[in-house]
Amino acid sequence: MKACEIRGLEKSFGRNHVLRGIDLDLGAGEVTVLMGANGAGKSTLVKILCGFQGANAGTMKLEGQPYSPTDAADAISCGVVTVHQSIDDGVIPDLDVATNLMLNRLTEPGAGLMVRDRALRIAARKVADNMGLDLDVRARVSDLSVADRQMIAIARAMAYDPKILILDEPTSSLSASEADRLFALLDRLREQGVAILYISHRMSDIRRIADRIVCMRDGKISGVFDQAPLDYDGAVTAMLGHKMTEVDIEVVSGGPAILEVDQVLLDGSDTPVSFTARDGEVVAITGLLGSGKSQLADMIFGQKPVRAGQLRLDGQPYAPASAAQAVAAGVFMSSKDRSTNAVIPDFDIANNMTLPFLGSFSRLSLLSKTRQRGAATDMIKQIGVKCQSDQDGIGTLSGGNQQKVMIGRWLLEDSRVLLLDEPFQGVDIGARRDIGRHIRATAKGRATLVFAAELDEALEIADRIIVLHEGAIVGTHENSNIDLDALIAQVSGAKDARIQAN
Amino acid sequence: MKNEKILNFAIRFGFLILLLGLVLYFSLSASGFASPRSAAFILQSVAITGILALGVTCTLVVDGFDLSIGSVATTSLMLSAYAMVILEMSAFSAVMLCLLMGAVVGLINGLLIVKFKVPDLLATLGMMFLLIGLQRIPTQGNSIATGMKLPDGSVAEGAFSQAFLWLGRHRFDLVVERLVPVPVVIFLVTALAIYVFLELTRHGRLMYAIGSNERAAALVGANVNRYKIAAYMISGVTASIGGILLAARLGRGDIASGNNLLLDSVAAALIGFAVLGAARPNAFGTAVGALFVGILLQGLTMMNAPYYTQDFVKGAVLVIALVFTFYLSAKRGAGGKT
Repeated sequence: MKACEIRGLEKSFGRNHVLRGIDLDLGAGEVTVLMGANGAGKSTLVKILCGFQGANAGTMKLEGQPYSPTDAADAISCGVVTVHQSIDDGVIPDLDVATNLMLNRLTEPGAGLMVRDRALRIAARKVADNMGLDLDVRARVSDLSVADRQMIAIARAMAYDPKILILDEPTSSLSASEADRLFALLDRLREQGVAILYISHRMSDIRRIADRIVCMRDGKISGVFDQAPLDYDGAVTAMLGHKMTEVDIEVVSGGPAILEVDQVLLDGSDTPVSFTARDGEVVAITGLLGSGKSQLADMIFGQKPVRAGQLRLDGQPYAPASAAQAVAAGVFMSSKDRSTNAVIPDFDIANNMTLPFLGSFSRLSLLSKTRQRGAATDMIKQIGVKCQSDQDGIGTLSGGNQQKVMIGRWLLEDSRVLLLDEPFQGVDIGARRDIGRHIRATAKGRATLVFAAELDEALEIADRIIVLHEGAIVGTHENSNIDLDALIAQVSGAKDARIQAN
Repeated sequence: MKNEKILNFAIRFGFLILLLGLVLYFSLSASGFASPRSAAFILQSVAITGILALGVTCTLVVDGFDLSIGSVATTSLMLSAYAMVILEMSAFSAVMLCLLMGAVVGLINGLLIVKFKVPDLLATLGMMFLLIGLQRIPTQGNSIATGMKLPDGSVAEGAFSQAFLWLGRHRFDLVVERLVPVPVVIFLVTALAIYVFLELTRHGRLMYAIGSNERAAALVGANVNRYKIAAYMISGVTASIGGILLAARLGRGDIASGNNLLLDSVAAALIGFAVLGAARPNAFGTAVGALFVGILLQGLTMMNAPYYTQDFVKGAVLVIALVFTFYLSAKRGAGGKT
């Protein structure tokens, strides 16, 4: 049975033709995975489905009835519920878990004037139990971890009894066990006959959950795979338009030491962390959420104090107290979560890119637009940003292209240490390869540290991989003929693997 | 596609066309409107609000707000009168004292917001109350004029010096003799300076970045706190300039004047959002916004509209401008230049 039929859907933003005639069916009780490179039009399709934007042409039907949501609330009342990628869209941080879970109760007609907190909490606890969520329902959502917030957003979406549930990269901030809980829940919903549209870049998720794969490319459907067993390689090919090739890394062992991390203690660990990053070398630091990766990155960029141990830059003690001091010392960081930490939404590409180095583009503080635009145009070409010109608003770019701009920002000037914190977050494979290639090609003259939770991302870019677990280094690998099983065991913190590493 | 083009055109030039239309309409229907005297009068009527509005624009740029400008201006008015009439200081020292006061108030506002984490509206609201009260204490709530009786029984001997009054009353020759008043020149110079600072310097660009995404700006190494404090200091100084010019025009420390300054200047800055489809605070828009209100009021007055309709007209203009900014620009979608 078809839960949703989409025919000939088109959408353009100015000159950008984003959707060029999409035909898509979603079956009830089926998980349809939507794959597509950034800029393929996935996000736009989702925005039209959930009522944020109107289509320029085409029709949509929901269980046979014409469907054209006027806004997000209308879409939800029609039974189309979306869990968005940016988690904070889904929760109200200042309220407690119970209120967040039961928010739709409060908006129902005939809900009564007074909020009965006790009843609310009991009902919320039931919802949480059904989801396998182990949370204090009185806790404020702003005090919870990102992963917990995500689970709450999903739990609340369930409360609407959706006919169609759209999940936009739901696992991007979940740990493996949390993701398992999500998948178990999706299995249950599938049995209840909910049509699920699941958008993801993670092959492991897709293998686990997909009944059907639909690929998008350049605003069109480029492939539909629904024969079991699913042809995953075919899907990747349909998404990228060419066969995926393994990335060959010619391992560089690096020149003189640039950054030395000496006996630094990370939270939740008594074992100090020490390693050296050398000139020309790309070092990937990998580990699960909470392994101390982000803390380490923040320390090196002057965002968190180094409590024990020492950092040395070119042999000199280095203790930055702010981003400004780190940048002045030649240590640059492209932060994770670009929309909160990096993108200036009001600015165009050129101004976003040149932001850290405005001083170099100005004389007596007066900015030279020509020089800004010249540098931006060069970098756009080098790193392969897809855009009309350097004056496009940053918001008109797809996620992958925005990320290229954010990384290009820190390549405009030479650095001693370049830190890339989750540089491939929400970035498709094509853009990921472009970025990786460029980072490796320019690696000489600096030490590059890449903080990445995904192993294949680390494997694709690094000369050396350092594995963190609970604030301690549990393994270091040259990136050639790596024993993947051992690596995975170290990441997940298996006991015997640790003994080996020590 | 065609609709979109029209929409874009309307967003960009709609407000300027409206302004032009108004000027044409008044020129044809109100005799004497299209004259240098009338133009100078309009400029003079908006000069002081305009200067204050330019300061507010800077705080709006860093995603802040300064509610204290009106009271900084009146404090500056009273302070200059106090300095000259009671303390018998020279015009120059009085002006410097007022500018310093504006900068210090801005600094305190900035520190309250940045260091003590008080939300901007609340911090500057508190400062507004504080200043309104403070300026009444030295004179026990009375206006200041030469010959007034002081609390200790003596009589104030000092007077507004001619040099100080020159600031408010002198008119430069341009086409017609004695046409352009000094405040208008100061307004135009301030507008140009703020425009250059915000649009063309790296400091201005970083301030816009802070207003758009503070965290991202901090992570590229911008000193967010310093820029925010600077914005409030600029706002304080421009407000004190406004107060000085008001005092120079009135020639006395009138405790009751300047009541409308805050609302008028905030309105001008917000109307400025709509100019050229900027959809954000900008110096050019603010200046045009102030002029727009001035032209409208002058035209209506010359067509015998009663004075008590003025606030209503300003309010209507503001609401229309805000619709222009937020509704139409939202329709246009994300992105755009700079």
